[in-house]
Amino acid sequence: MKFSWKAYDPGSFYDELISSPGRYRPAGRAVARHIRSLTTEEIRERQMAAELAVKTMGITFTVYAQGTNIDRAWPYDIIPRTISGSEWDRVEAGLTQRLTALNHFINDVYNDQKVFRDGIVPRELILESSNYRAACLGMKPKFGVWAHICGSDLIRDRDGTFYVLEDNLRVPSGVSYMLENRKVTKRVFPELFESQNMRPIGEYTSALFDTLASLSPRRGAYPEVVVLTPGIFNSAYFEHSYLAQQMGAELVEGPDLFVGDDDCVYMRTISGPERVDVIYRRIDDLFLDPEVFNADSALGVPGLMRAWLKGKVALANAPGAGVADDKAVYTYVPDLIRYYLGEEPIIPNVQTWRCSEKAARRYVLENLDSLVVKPANESGGYGMLIGPAASERERRAFARRIRANPRNYVAQPLISLSTCPTVCPGGIEPRHIDLRPFVLQGARHYVTPGGLTRVALVKGSYVVNSSQGGGSKDTWIVD
Amino acid sequence: MLSRVAERLYWLGRYLERIENTARLINVYGNVLLDLPRPAKLVWESLVAITGNEAGFAERYTRADERNVVKFYVADPNNSSSIRKSVALARENARTVREIVPSNSWEGINDLHLYLQDHIDRALTRRDRDAFLTRVINACQFIVGGLDSTMSRDAAWQFLSAGRYLERADMTSRIVDVGIANVFPWVSWMHGGNVPEGTQSPYESVLWMSVLRSLSALQMYRRLVPERVRADEVVTFLLQDRQFPRAVAHCLQALRLSLDALPNDRSAVRAGRHALRNVERADVGAILAAGGLHDFIDTLQVDFAELHAAIEATWFLPPA
Repeated sequence: MKFSWKAYDPGSFYDELISSPGRYRPAGRAVARHIRSLTTEEIRERQMAAELAVKTMGITFTVYAQGTNIDRAWPYDIIPRTISGSEWDRVEAGLTQRLTALNHFINDVYNDQKVFRDGIVPRELILESSNYRAACLGMKPKFGVWAHICGSDLIRDRDGTFYVLEDNLRVPSGVSYMLENRKVTKRVFPELFESQNMRPIGEYTSALFDTLASLSPRRGAYPEVVVLTPGIFNSAYFEHSYLAQQMGAELVEGPDLFVGDDDCVYMRTISGPERVDVIYRRIDDLFLDPEVFNADSALGVPGLMRAWLKGKVALANAPGAGVADDKAVYTYVPDLIRYYLGEEPIIPNVQTWRCSEKAARRYVLENLDSLVVKPANESGGYGMLIGPAASERERRAFARRIRANPRNYVAQPLISLSTCPTVCPGGIEPRHIDLRPFVLQGARHYVTPGGLTRVALVKGSYVVNSSQGGGSKDTWIVD
Repeated sequence: MLSRVAERLYWLGRYLERIENTARLINVYGNVLLDLPRPAKLVWESLVAITGNEAGFAERYTRADERNVVKFYVADPNNSSSIRKSVALARENARTVREIVPSNSWEGINDLHLYLQDHIDRALTRRDRDAFLTRVINACQFIVGGLDSTMSRDAAWQFLSAGRYLERADMTSRIVDVGIANVFPWVSWMHGGNVPEGTQSPYESVLWMSVLRSLSALQMYRRLVPERVRADEVVTFLLQDRQFPRAVAHCLQALRLSLDALPNDRSAVRAGRHALRNVERADVGAILAAGGLHDFIDTLQVDFAELHAAIEATWFLPPA
């Protein structure tokens, strides 16, 4: 029996493919029609073929459970998420605008600090942030850029408006899955590519290499770019290795590097030490250099900060860049865009209450049952309260935590994430999704066409993190 | 190339080689048993001795029977030379140098790993074992074939190659050793303890043929030595032939070519040359006649260990 969209009902949510039962959005028309031409059985077979392809291609992610690391097959759903090209152009401009402003801000925080004097952002908010690094004061990285690679999370509300939910400026991950998802789709749904034009995404790794190479402190010489990973037990190891491979860069671990007497960074090779120019580091600030930060870090390189501060090596992202992805700073980003660029923000923020402010805190505590409360610097969806889904007891416990440490919490209304048709055990059903595009800034900007779409596989759930049972989809910008 | 990466490629080569050799060995032992009268026990026990891991075996098993020995070599996660463990380690090494291993070969390794997860029990029953082991051997050849036809002959390739040849030389010498330890007591048992001087039991020939077969050497040996299969000629072939790719001399020669292509190679090449000279200068006939083959092979094992140490010190360990 052929599949029919008549029975597919996203309810009051914004669905990416189906505008109302039986009606397709223009960008998704070809996909929806193709699926309609298949039987339920065929759809299921494709999904199984895709899962097998993921396994044989060795696309995995690592989860920590009971003290051990488990290498799991990457969850992928065959139905792509489609976005129209004209809509995307606007999002792209908005993301570029945002990262540009954030980089101005970080550079200002560690140099002139005009933003405090002009009363745009309170000084103590930044100086108290756990991501603020006093060791970076006075540093002027090339192009004034600190966050070279940014992964911003976008969501769509009921009316279809895109909002930025958060910016990830430390070590955002997921781009390798975006690239691999496209490859899987090509393997299992080749005929879908014949009927329409979607923007290619494979250029990302070249753009990343160019961005990194542009940071090299040595003129003339062909820059030696390396990817610094904490090692195979890290949950994003797959991606570190993948990006190194795609860029033709060495994948190094801390012990592979050392800082010489000349303050330059070298890697240990079979022919002796070799100078390193740019380090795309995928380890957190605090583990970078045991001489400056966490003294017992075995992941980092002693003397690395000294080499960086002297301009002998470039670090991407720069240490201290995380000061701007704090969720408390997030609330100021629209103001920062106006302040540094003199422009109105193209993509809005989700309305956010800062629990550090008295009136906002009172509002949050009174409305916990309708709000989502998040710790200011956690990632991966950990430690948050989804008010409407929590029990009275959980809410009371959370209220105590907010009162004890208000600076650490922000609250937002529960945004109704958009949905996308997803292959579920019971057939094709709507599931909530978000989107993580990746933005690069070095000598110039680059935005991935689309990004990584994550899916909450559990019915009605908003939790899209792969570490908590989320899945993923290929994302198509359709022209 | 990073020292750490070089080391992982070298071990990837060693584990890939180990998987294939172990699968071949078990396959042939299983088959030759079907040719021979009892007692089979003797043969299975001697298989444990090949990797010199008798103590590890004795810790976890009481009887060296077919099921236990096969389990030990195929499925035992604690035995560092079992197929399961070697595949896991090969995959782990490949995973850490994935940016260098051609993706086709990586998929082959991953696929083998997944196959083992689902089918490892098949090795334990006689009926399915042959198909299982053949699949493992084919997978190794697919992986290595992919590496061979797509990797540039750069340092990465040379380390992978060095690991493979050293492991293979080591494994061949161990198999010859066990052949000797095995065949003679066996033949004398068949004849009630007294084998007349200068005669040969029909089983001796069968057993040596099985040793050759375990190295996939029978066909090539036959083309070189068309006569009846004899101990001294088999041992000479397996240790000293320069053309057969699993013979010790060939492996050491190929290993030397790999080392030659690497920077700062002097001490490792010297160790390789020493080992090759030791193998090639031996008078196999005389050593066999004097019953000294086991001791001679011990000296080869020492050479291999020194060669490994030289490679490690030259390229893998950070400068002191």
